[in-house]
Amino acid sequence: MTDPHDSARLQGEAGRNLPPLRLHVPEPPARPGESADFTHFDIPAADAAPRPDETAQPATMRDMAYGLVRVLDENGAAVGQWNPNLPPETLLRMLRAMALTRAFDGRMFRAQRQGKTSFYMKSTGEEAVSIGAALALHRDDMCFPSYRQQGILIARDWPIIDMMNQIYSNKGDRLKGRQLPIMYSAREAGFFSISGNLTTQYPQAVGWAMASAARGDTRIAATWCGEGSTAEGDFHSACTFASVYRAPVIMNVVNNQWAISSFSGFAGAEATTFAARAVGYGIAGLRVDGNDVLAVYAATRWAADRARANAGPTLIEHFTYRVEGHSTSDDPTAYRSAEESSLWPLGDPIARLKQHCITLGIWDEDRHAAMDKELAEMVRDAAREAEKNGILGHGLHHPMESMFEDVFEDMPWHLKEQQQQMLDEWKAAGL
Amino acid sequence: MTQEAGTDVQHMNMIQAINSAMDVMMERDPTVVVMGEDVGFFGGVFRATAGLQQKYGKNRVFDTPITECGIIGVAVGMGAYGLRPVPEIQFADYIYPALDQLVSEAARLRYRSAGEFIAPMTVRSPFGGGIFGGQTHSQSPEGIFTHCSGIKTVIPSTPYDAKGLLIAAIEDNDPTIFFEPKRIYNGPFDGEYDTPATSWAGHKDAQVPTGYYRIPLGQARIARAGEALTILCYGTMVHVVEHTVAMLGLDAEIVDLRSLVPLDIETIEASVKKTGRCLIVHEATRTSGFGAELLAQVQERCFHHLEAPIERVTGFDTPYPHSLEWAYFPGPVRIREAINKIMKD
Repeated sequence: MTDPHDSARLQGEAGRNLPPLRLHVPEPPARPGESADFTHFDIPAADAAPRPDETAQPATMRDMAYGLVRVLDENGAAVGQWNPNLPPETLLRMLRAMALTRAFDGRMFRAQRQGKTSFYMKSTGEEAVSIGAALALHRDDMCFPSYRQQGILIARDWPIIDMMNQIYSNKGDRLKGRQLPIMYSAREAGFFSISGNLTTQYPQAVGWAMASAARGDTRIAATWCGEGSTAEGDFHSACTFASVYRAPVIMNVVNNQWAISSFSGFAGAEATTFAARAVGYGIAGLRVDGNDVLAVYAATRWAADRARANAGPTLIEHFTYRVEGHSTSDDPTAYRSAEESSLWPLGDPIARLKQHCITLGIWDEDRHAAMDKELAEMVRDAAREAEKNGILGHGLHHPMESMFEDVFEDMPWHLKEQQQQMLDEWKAAGL
Repeated sequence: MTQEAGTDVQHMNMIQAINSAMDVMMERDPTVVVMGEDVGFFGGVFRATAGLQQKYGKNRVFDTPITECGIIGVAVGMGAYGLRPVPEIQFADYIYPALDQLVSEAARLRYRSAGEFIAPMTVRSPFGGGIFGGQTHSQSPEGIFTHCSGIKTVIPSTPYDAKGLLIAAIEDNDPTIFFEPKRIYNGPFDGEYDTPATSWAGHKDAQVPTGYYRIPLGQARIARAGEALTILCYGTMVHVVEHTVAMLGLDAEIVDLRSLVPLDIETIEASVKKTGRCLIVHEATRTSGFGAELLAQVQERCFHHLEAPIERVTGFDTPYPHSLEWAYFPGPVRIREAINKIMKD
């Protein structure tokens, strides 16, 4: 029998006078020890992007997928057609939610390093993506987040102690210690159960939105994934469904440049933008400065208004940078240039909004420092309270037999049998 | 069985019974929606959804893009919203692109959210061979789902059961895989592939109430009571086994499992303890097939009652071969040989 992998056959027929083919394997601009280089990014002026009508046909606004919606300029002024002209109290609410998210992340990251939990994921530098969107949506719009949108819960004033209980998998954890830390579920906050499998939430959000439309409801859905996981089939299934049924959904791609150690080139960033995925599906696409919370807010409001007007879905790429590692389980200095985060050309989202508020005369350095201090104390106090409910690895915070609950609505005999067997074995062992 | 009083009984083949189940449930529950490739205007490639879109409208019965991952993912989201989706996967062989959404999402949602969100969907899909469907229209992937926690797997063998089980599955708040043995959609099949096909006409289990009734999930059916040997089977194989047993004139007890998860272990255990002998028959491939689990369960519970080793007759561990279908199919010849082996001891 012929070996289909026979090396001579793989070489092709000799003597064909053709140039050898080459495989392109992407390589990021900078690796550890090298200088960061963002010169290939084209950052348009803050007031450059036009603002189409919310009901514009996707074919008339394709340029939006290749530009960059921005509001805050380099001097901290809100400019251009996308300026949402928010009142001072909303600006300060955004600022506080972003600062609280950062303080929460800092505390929980340290808790993991102190051995109080197994895992954590920070959203440093990406706070605007979640908080700008959450504040632009209605409280009862349904969010299908990925794992780095803790800012949504914080913007919706969800108790941080509830989030901490989940992170510690303690007896206060409503999820009964079943889920990896940060995989929250908060139905009352319109926050869908987070999956560890990437982009599965995309078609689910579209399905929720389709159901809302089919029932004549007024609520819309929003979902988030990273740029890396736009490569998943679920992303493309979701875009197809969203386009076909004109579902009232906002699909957010958080392009933070890195998927663990793989740069965005492995998801196709060398070839085009992620917002441009929308073009092929015939849906509205916006590319947004993800470190500009006013731009995120304005783009989300545009997309929400579009969805509510039955004008269809929107895909929004949030162009941002993952300042920290993917999670507590990886060391970013091992795969990327340490200079990148400090040289990121779109700055820090909190610093930019703070500067804007100071420019407007509604905020100052002293008040900011006081707020940071207050939030740090608040997070510290909440963590201490949460730790009273226990921390991971220090005893069972939920009865071991509870692991058999909620597999099905009613426990079938085979689970009851396994549950009893487990209890009997522990008893027999004198434990 | 719970049946609405005063409903008529009509002759139905399995397709009509399945269609009637969806019709009854859509009438009773406005949250039931039917979706899938070609299920809307056309009524499905096997006609199982015929007439439903005309009756209930496009918001409740609609065609979908050809992406099984998308169909099930969308159904998870609709379930989270509060609907009760009944997606169709056109052939069980096409269910693999949807596995992540079924196994990691639908089956785990209640558990991972501690009951905040559920996925009350019933995934209908024609499965099994015997129609010259080749390797991509013949498979029996039930063992993939019985292996996963959090999902139920139901397989009817008659029109009457198909309707009652499908209604129970749709009403169930857990995700359920409902595999329909397509070889017996239009008539029972005894495994004699070279004889003319029979229809459901005149079959007692094709007399189906037109209204609401349900057969609880997890209750097996004694298709034939007997003393000599217990045969565990489901779907098309129930009819093949019935025929083979009749040919042999053997007083076998044939247990139609109807639901693999949850499994009616009490009926199985009682039957094997009574007969002392056990044969397991399924069309799916052998290694890690559901028969392996059945064999282990029977061994654990009935070892001291067994008078002969338990035998399995299954599909071979090969892809489903198109032109060699009848050599692959666990038909009367192979079942008879296994019975003879068990009864010899």
